Amino acid sequence: MTRARCKVLIVIAALAAIALVVPHSTSFLILLATRALAFSILVMSLDLLLGFAGLASLGQAAYLGVGAYLTAILATRYQFGLGYDFGLVVALGMFMSAALAAVFGLLAVRATGVYFLMITLALGQCVWGLAYRWNSLTGGDNGINLPHRPQFGIDLANEVTFFYVVFGFFVVSLSIMYTLVRSPFGRSLVGIREREPRMKILGYNTWLHKYLAFIIAGAFGGLSGVLWAHTAGIVSPENVVLTTSVDALLMTVLGGPGTLVGGAIGAAVVLFIREYLSTLVHWWQYVLGGVYILVILYLPGGLMSIPERIRRRAARAEAPAAQSLAAAKL
Amino acid sequence: MTGKLARRLSRMPVAAALLLAMQLAPAAAQEALRIGVVAPVTGIFAQVGADMTNGFKMYLDQTNSTFAGTKVVPIIEDSQGKPDLAVTKARKLILEDHVQMLVGGVLATEGYALAPVSTAEKTVYISSVTAADDLTQRQLPNFPYFLRTSWTSSQPMHPFGQWACDQGYKKIAAIAADYAFGYESVGGFQKAFEDCGGKIIQKIWPPIGTKDFGPYIPTIKPDADAVFSLMVGPMALQFPKQLRDSGYTSPIVGGSVSYDESALPFMGDEVIGDVSAEQYSAALLTPANEAFVKTYRAKYGKVPSYFSESNYTTAMMIDDVMKETGGKWPGSQAFIAKLAALKVDAPRGPLSFDDMRNVVQNIYIKKVEKTMLFGYDKPELWDMVIKTYPAVSQFWTYGKDAFLKQPVYSRDFPACKYCE
Amino acid sequence: MDARFWLIQTFNGVSYGALLFLVGSGLSLIFGVMRIVNLSHGSYFLLGGYVALTVIWTAGSWLLAVPVAAVTVAVIGLVMERVFLRPLGFDPLRQVLLTVGFAFLFQQAALDIWTGNPFDIDPPAALTKSIVVGGLHLPLYRIFMIGVALAIGLALWLMMEKTRFGAAIRATVDDAQMARGVGIDTSLISMLIFALGALLAALGGVIGGGFLGVYPGLDFEMLPVAFAVVIIGGMGSLGGAAIGALLVGLADNFGKALFPEVSYFTLYAPMALILAVRPTGLFGRD
Repeated sequence: MTRARCKVLIVIAALAAIALVVPHSTSFLILLATRALAFSILVMSLDLLLGFAGLASLGQAAYLGVGAYLTAILATRYQFGLGYDFGLVVALGMFMSAALAAVFGLLAVRATGVYFLMITLALGQCVWGLAYRWNSLTGGDNGINLPHRPQFGIDLANEVTFFYVVFGFFVVSLSIMYTLVRSPFGRSLVGIREREPRMKILGYNTWLHKYLAFIIAGAFGGLSGVLWAHTAGIVSPENVVLTTSVDALLMTVLGGPGTLVGGAIGAAVVLFIREYLSTLVHWWQYVLGGVYILVILYLPGGLMSIPERIRRRAARAEAPAAQSLAAAKL
Repeated sequence: MTGKLARRLSRMPVAAALLLAMQLAPAAAQEALRIGVVAPVTGIFAQVGADMTNGFKMYLDQTNSTFAGTKVVPIIEDSQGKPDLAVTKARKLILEDHVQMLVGGVLATEGYALAPVSTAEKTVYISSVTAADDLTQRQLPNFPYFLRTSWTSSQPMHPFGQWACDQGYKKIAAIAADYAFGYESVGGFQKAFEDCGGKIIQKIWPPIGTKDFGPYIPTIKPDADAVFSLMVGPMALQFPKQLRDSGYTSPIVGGSVSYDESALPFMGDEVIGDVSAEQYSAALLTPANEAFVKTYRAKYGKVPSYFSESNYTTAMMIDDVMKETGGKWPGSQAFIAKLAALKVDAPRGPLSFDDMRNVVQNIYIKKVEKTMLFGYDKPELWDMVIKTYPAVSQFWTYGKDAFLKQPVYSRDFPACKYCE
Repeated sequence: MDARFWLIQTFNGVSYGALLFLVGSGLSLIFGVMRIVNLSHGSYFLLGGYVALTVIWTAGSWLLAVPVAAVTVAVIGLVMERVFLRPLGFDPLRQVLLTVGFAFLFQQAALDIWTGNPFDIDPPAALTKSIVVGGLHLPLYRIFMIGVALAIGLALWLMMEKTRFGAAIRATVDDAQMARGVGIDTSLISMLIFALGALLAALGGVIGGGFLGVYPGLDFEMLPVAFAVVIIGGMGSLGGAAIGALLVGLADNFGKALFPEVSYFTLYAPMALILAVRPTGLFGRD
């Protein structure tokens, strides 16, 4: 069995375990798990950019915002999206976010490294400014309250049902992104991340590849936003504030860039500390900061790299033993 | 032998006591009253959260955490100033900790986020700070379990507008933080001020968090008799300083929180003489308030602001209801009915509720003075009360129905008819 | 809008730009030498203000507070560079993220140490007056800010152009490998520049504290503004930082005064557009 296939099976097993275990835990944990899964889609979209295309964005929350606000505005102003038309809202959310990413991408994708970080920050802040200022559309700083969760034959007000729905979206997103990164397109992205000049010489349109990745990431950010709006029931400029984008980036790095699933793990860890640990102690911020710093210092591959490091440690431990055995034989 | 006997004898009183306790216990044991407090403990509003929880806890300490014989268990959850986290924590409080009620919320977003949760979970939610007007106005029917013990943004601003007319001000330029709280404050002031003959000739909206008012101050219309300002937190510290530095000598009519005790102790002497209006002043010269301020300051090292007083009084009100029910939790509906029927004497003065479950209270016109109060040994800045408007409701003199017909105060309502 | 309006707004914009120069110059230097975007720069700014407050409360001297705050934060910067950033080697992304992690820690620590109350730094009484020139009230504190920025700018320029240390810095910025090749200790330079950047930020915090106040959240508020300066002016260029600061100060001021409806975009929209056209900023060297 190849390493890759082994990993896939582990992930599937983990997902199955989550699907079976979580609904039997407390309501609070189910809620946290739902939030983590919804946000993970955003983090995984960022991983697509960071871990595969090598583009670190500090403005990804903008796409979550577009998806979330669209959902909220359609639900409150036009009573749209609260029934069987929820599927349409999902599609619209992804489409609008992708459209925004297409516009922003034209400005941003020419930049690299630190400049890309800065321009995505600036663009993200523009979206925040719009959300804050465009009172008539977004409700300004009051935000928009969603009347209720969509009802299409199943009752999404039930936390467990909603958890399964979000879980379903998560699995589908993960599968699509996984297929994408293993496709030739995905592999080209990695090539561009590693050696862009070489890829250019080989004839690849590197800008186009990065641009498409940017748009796809935006689309999934929008999906995350649609789900997020219904998880919390309220959308406000807080969803698109700078620290949300920073959080997403940190979750990606925490989990392990380039692993996709790492994004979900990073999101789960951070959300756990922020929202669960904070109910137990008031010094949770130190734990959060400490975890980030330790992971960045000592685990360059994030938490997902732990099994690899253990395996390498074990291999190294075996090697000297093999040597001494060989020496003894001699 | 004696040892064993002695030990057996010594155990007897204990056993007897236990037996006695067991007889008494079933009758005396009441289910504890669990109160969920949602406040920002970390994040940029952490001080507000601290003031809120300190006020609440002070009342609990004074009553030994026992209301009418029932143990009170407060569970404080950190909303970090984020509305969706406030919702998450509120759900946790209700579903896991089985609280009978929620108290707290600071920002309008939190209020608008928590109120629907209270409806969905049929749990009482008492807003002890959130001032968003519409929660107890046009939106109230959506929130049957919601009650407000604090204020609405426009509540103190209506009498303030009247007061401004009485001072002889004819034209006022308004500069207020660009968010709903700012809009509602200016709106209330403008409505009352223009209804008694005044004119708001300008509205400037610096973004919330503005500290450099350099761009805005030179645009203030020179023919204004006074400037109405609504500044929050750090903005409140910088605006009067910069306004005066620019050579502006006309009076400042300072909204509600612009000179509130959460900012006043950190201001300089340039604010002496500035006037504001609010439902509380730490300088209220009543025995109840003096005791409250002195106890609070001794305990927490700072003069209490309305955040502290409001939560203290909320705890007091909950206690009063529990006294009525003999310590038994009467269920959400009955609790709300009883609470809304209360009349209390709080540190801020006499309180009751209107039929939209918002508090009816005195509004104080306050002027900043540097003086020594309550036996403290050095002169400090205090908001001295110069006029009291008693029993002001959220509708002022307009009558509920007429008031509710107009839209909620916003950036564009009331329209700036006299804007030059 | 008469002449007085334009004059006073220009004055306001320039004085705000002076403060931004203090914040941005440190950031620009750090990026120029180390290629790190220091996302805890805002925290240094805030900590400078808080340390100054503590000095003022205990020793009663504003004059003492300025150097003490600057040096204290410089030491924090030094420790951060040596102990945490250095081991990462040349990995800009991880270094950036490390600085963010620290920004969160600093934020919580500041809250725990100094509480969340909004503070103001009171400068000496002499600086709180305004002078009246041609009917315009010019607050002395704003003039002071401009003076400090000019002095610091001059000192930095002299250091960079006229000292051996400055030459070493410029060599490192231009080509670190070559600099090492001629015997320049680039790791020492990195450490000192990081400390200097932190010092400048803290200085900005003390000076700015009398103008903006000192309160939780100021760190993340100043950060994007500092970046706007460095981006518009160009990373790694001191002169660029000065011009960037001036441009941002004036644009922000006039933007808000003339078009208050777009107050939220006067900073970020130009930033995004400039970066879109010239990804290294107006005067950037890369």
